[in-house]
Amino acid sequence: MAVTDRVQTPPPNTNQRASRDKSVKRLAFSQKVSKWDVKLSPYLYISPFFVLFAITGLFPLAYTAWVSLHSWNLIGGQGKFTGLENYEFVLAQPFFWNAVGNTFSIFLLSSVPQVVLAIAIAAVLDANLRAKTFWRMGVLVPFVVAPVAVGLIFNNLFADQAGLFNELLTGMGLDPVRWHSDSLASHTAIATMVNFRWTGYNALIFLAAMQAIPRDVYEAATIDGAGRLRQFFSVTVPMLRPTIIFVVITATIGGLQIFDEARVFDQAGLGGADRQWQTLTMYIWELGWGQRNFGRASAVAWLLFLIIVLIAMANFLITRRIATQGGRR
Amino acid sequence: MSSIPMIEQTAGKGAARAAQRGLGSRRRGAPGGTMRRPGFLTYGFLGAVILGSVFPLWWSFLVGSHDSSVISKGVPLVPGGNFFANAASVLDTIPFWKALGNSIIVSTVTAVSVVLFSTLAGFAFAKLRFRGSKGLLVFVIATMAVPTQLGVVPLFIVMAKLGWTGSLWAVIIPGVVTAFGVFWMTQYLRDALPDELIEAVRIDGASMIQAFWHVGLPAARPAAAMLALFTFVATWTNFFWPFIVLDPSNPTLPVALQLLQAAHFVDYSIVLAGAVLSTIPLLLLFAVAGRQLVSGIMQGAVKG
Repeated sequence: MAVTDRVQTPPPNTNQRASRDKSVKRLAFSQKVSKWDVKLSPYLYISPFFVLFAITGLFPLAYTAWVSLHSWNLIGGQGKFTGLENYEFVLAQPFFWNAVGNTFSIFLLSSVPQVVLAIAIAAVLDANLRAKTFWRMGVLVPFVVAPVAVGLIFNNLFADQAGLFNELLTGMGLDPVRWHSDSLASHTAIATMVNFRWTGYNALIFLAAMQAIPRDVYEAATIDGAGRLRQFFSVTVPMLRPTIIFVVITATIGGLQIFDEARVFDQAGLGGADRQWQTLTMYIWELGWGQRNFGRASAVAWLLFLIIVLIAMANFLITRRIATQGGRR
Repeated sequence: MSSIPMIEQTAGKGAARAAQRGLGSRRRGAPGGTMRRPGFLTYGFLGAVILGSVFPLWWSFLVGSHDSSVISKGVPLVPGGNFFANAASVLDTIPFWKALGNSIIVSTVTAVSVVLFSTLAGFAFAKLRFRGSKGLLVFVIATMAVPTQLGVVPLFIVMAKLGWTGSLWAVIIPGVVTAFGVFWMTQYLRDALPDELIEAVRIDGASMIQAFWHVGLPAARPAAAMLALFTFVATWTNFFWPFIVLDPSNPTLPVALQLLQAAHFVDYSIVLAGAVLSTIPLLLLFAVAGRQLVSGIMQGAVKG
């Protein structure tokens, strides 16, 4: 027994040790893999966004500045370094300042009424309605219509000859408006298209913010004897302030780059006979793909970028000041 | 004025709350807490808003269903029988079916890839600990405000160098993942996916990617559906970049519409028939998924 024991025990023993060694090694290896897995995976998962944003977002923007310092055209490609010449040229162009004015005019006409109307619609949607979802879906319908299609439809409604809006005006005994030649009228028409598409969308954003306002604030206001209108202006609107800022910022970033609706407001797409409604983005397109001058187009793009950054920063500072007053998290 | 304060004065706050809860929904009433049904004015105003939302589409169908000779005398208030003839003119003028196919391809591929990449990144930001995650997330949020559209000139130069101008890749690649998507998914997964669940599958020996696949993706499904919907609509309606980089022979729908307008500017009945045709696919999508679109906007607003 003892002998056999002594003879027989070693083999399993060594066997066991060997296998244990192996499993220890395997364990160590898989632990190592798993450690790297934990360490590296997060970076791997977020890399697509960063790589792609670097290639298609950040790099083109930075490169825009580079192109704007050269004489550069669509066909010949990079020319010689010209410093700030493109900027000097562009800033001396009446069309540039005209585009700046048009862009801001359309932007104001399409954001101020839009925010006011969106809050009003949200307040009504916030009532205890029957068929809630139906109404909410109803205001969102325009959102799925492409801006180009919106542009074509409203182009017809705003037609100078026999367009529906002018027919209604003359029917009421007023003079028809020259939507396609008068500059303020054309801005109003284009702003109307933007408002058509986005008001309902923003109303839903405001509606969500309204539903997040704690009930007891209203209860307190009621006990203090505030009527419904008074409550709306003294409770709802102040509580919506952060949301208003948020909507205004997004409207600013998008609105200052407006192109689609204005592009299809006439056939030539240059913003009218006297560039009455040519926006900055349209001007970039005209310089770059109409005149094939990439250097100048880039200069305008970079200037517009700076304008947007400045306005967004101003908005941000205002937001910070307002955010300290609480409201939405 | 309102009924709830009345209950409050007579029976106390608790009763007032109960009266509200009695309505069964967790919805608040109108400001001031009135739970009476809104009156005629409210519905009238809403009706006007809906009319304003739907009327331009109805109008374009009206114009598109008549002959242009009729249109020039003013538009009748009933649809005419000319819609198919006008639609045929649309198909003759622009490569409509090709544009439709292109729009479907571009929007679908973009939506799928945005959801996949955004969910991956959101999973990492929301649930994994790694150095610099806070700063990187702030960076992502900051990039949402970057007007990338202004980089079109160099982007075009790059695409020309790659020989991609005119191909759908030029439109798809820049939109393959978005900052908004990453942020959206991070916000959602933070609450929707319990840490214990990930730990459990990790202890069972799953690798990170398996954990993402078996736990992360299923948890993200509702938000992923909404993100896909949004991306699809946004890509479908996008015009500026496709307009620059695509050829007239191989357009997406909005680009094709612009071509149609260039060809038939004053022939409104044909142009608007085209506008109707190009909108139908998204209206169908809206009929199916409009509800999700609404709740997606409202959820994003509260979190945003």
